[in-house]
Amino acid sequence: MAAIPKKIGEGKLIPVTSNLEKLPWWALMIALLAVLIVFSILTSPIYKDAFNFIKAGIVTTIRVTVIAYGLSLIGGLIVGLGRVSKNVVFYNLSTLYVEVMRGIPMLVIILYGAFVVVPMSLDLINGIGDWLVRIVPLAGLGRTLQQINIQQVDMSARATAGLAMGYAAFEAEVFRAGIISIEKGQMEAARSLGMNYIQAMRYVILPQALRRVLPPLGNDLIAMLKDSSLISALAVSDITQLGKLYRASTFRSFEAYNTMAFLYLSMTLSLSMLVKFIERKMGHER
Amino acid sequence: MSANQDDIIQIDEVFKSFGKIKALQGVSTTVKRGEVLVIIGPSGSGKSTLLRCINMLEHPDSGSIIVDGNSMMHRETDINLVRAEVGIVFQQFNLFPHLTVIENIMLAQRIVRKRKPEEAKQIAEQQLKYVGIPEKAEAFPHELSGGQQQRVAIARALAMNPKIMLFDEPTSALDPEMIKEVLDVMVALAKAGMTMVVVSHEMGFVRAAADRIVFMDQGRIIEEGAPDTFFNNPREERTKAFLSKIL
Repeated sequence: MAAIPKKIGEGKLIPVTSNLEKLPWWALMIALLAVLIVFSILTSPIYKDAFNFIKAGIVTTIRVTVIAYGLSLIGGLIVGLGRVSKNVVFYNLSTLYVEVMRGIPMLVIILYGAFVVVPMSLDLINGIGDWLVRIVPLAGLGRTLQQINIQQVDMSARATAGLAMGYAAFEAEVFRAGIISIEKGQMEAARSLGMNYIQAMRYVILPQALRRVLPPLGNDLIAMLKDSSLISALAVSDITQLGKLYRASTFRSFEAYNTMAFLYLSMTLSLSMLVKFIERKMGHER
Repeated sequence: MSANQDDIIQIDEVFKSFGKIKALQGVSTTVKRGEVLVIIGPSGSGKSTLLRCINMLEHPDSGSIIVDGNSMMHRETDINLVRAEVGIVFQQFNLFPHLTVIENIMLAQRIVRKRKPEEAKQIAEQQLKYVGIPEKAEAFPHELSGGQQQRVAIARALAMNPKIMLFDEPTSALDPEMIKEVLDVMVALAKAGMTMVVVSHEMGFVRAAADRIVFMDQGRIIEEGAPDTFFNNPREERTKAFLSKIL
């Protein structure tokens, strides 16, 4: 007699994935590594030494990143508006800027900013000062402008300028994408109510576009925090520069670079959690 | 065509192409103050393009459009000033999704009409009452039904105290049961003496409010006339063929 086949539903279903497989093992491993490094910093004299030497760079790294990011947002918004502008000159200058900046490595942009753009801008400012001194009511301002010299602008500020210049191109493309993602009818509705182009942008298009580009803007902040390590090429005492110095004077490569990597990773991971939190909050609204 | 004081919109020999497509091929007509003009015609006949030319959302290639004495195609004309006097209601509502209903209605009043917040708010509330949804002032557009959104769009346009209202297929994106609530508002507006140009096939509205019908096909005005004669005794074969399909 043939065996009676089992009815469907009898017997136990085997789950496709077990609970163990669903655990975020990668996160646990990062947490474990973090605990290990924190433990080492607390207990091992070498790690403690390395950490104490490098930690002074944290403030520099954060300061440069925050200022450069703020500047790149302002520059990026202006260039981004140029990228969607119907004004031929504004559009072409903006596109030229974006294409040039995106094609040059960030390190080269930083060097260029620090040693070419900033000095030339200062020459220009001095020149304006020379010119203003001759105009009596503005002579005071003119003298102040004349007296600004390159020594007053330290490497950290110059590196910040370079980083901001480079990232402004990326942010410009983010803003452009956000603006063109808003339905055409929004601009038409605003214009049909009598608003001019700038008012429609300011009150109708940009508020919606900014909300949409928050995630990519957050990612760029994290990317910039990492790219800020490039300013060590200008000997600015950020985390990377101090780590390099520590390694050079002690030959403790493993400890120096572990500490550096740990510092960057803890900052980028916290930032990415913050970005996700903000995204979720914005996503819930409206 | 003689220019008449009563003609608030004068459209003369307007041509407009989109690439190879000839959307308007020499359209001329006028709209009197207080008149309700309904434009009908098959899709692609240029009726929406004509409507959008009136407030320069589309720029004609040639011809002349004069709105309330302002020559729209002249360089010196401040288009923004004229647009503030010409409300338009779109098929897709185009409410501002980041603003509440009341803010939608207040925005242009504040920045174009330069009204004070209290005044703008008062007018906005008044207009919301007029379109029958005063209780939705603090809601966001996505919380409203299509019919409610379209009524907010009408209130937003009316709050500017326009001299002319344009309607571009205002009920085409609505579910059947919501069409009436929008048409009721439009009929009330027409009865109140508003000058209106409406692109729509809603016969309910045509019967209740239209003063004149314009039938367009392939970028030209084929026939126009009062609703009675237009529907009962159309002259052109093309008009008869079209009417037999929609009536």
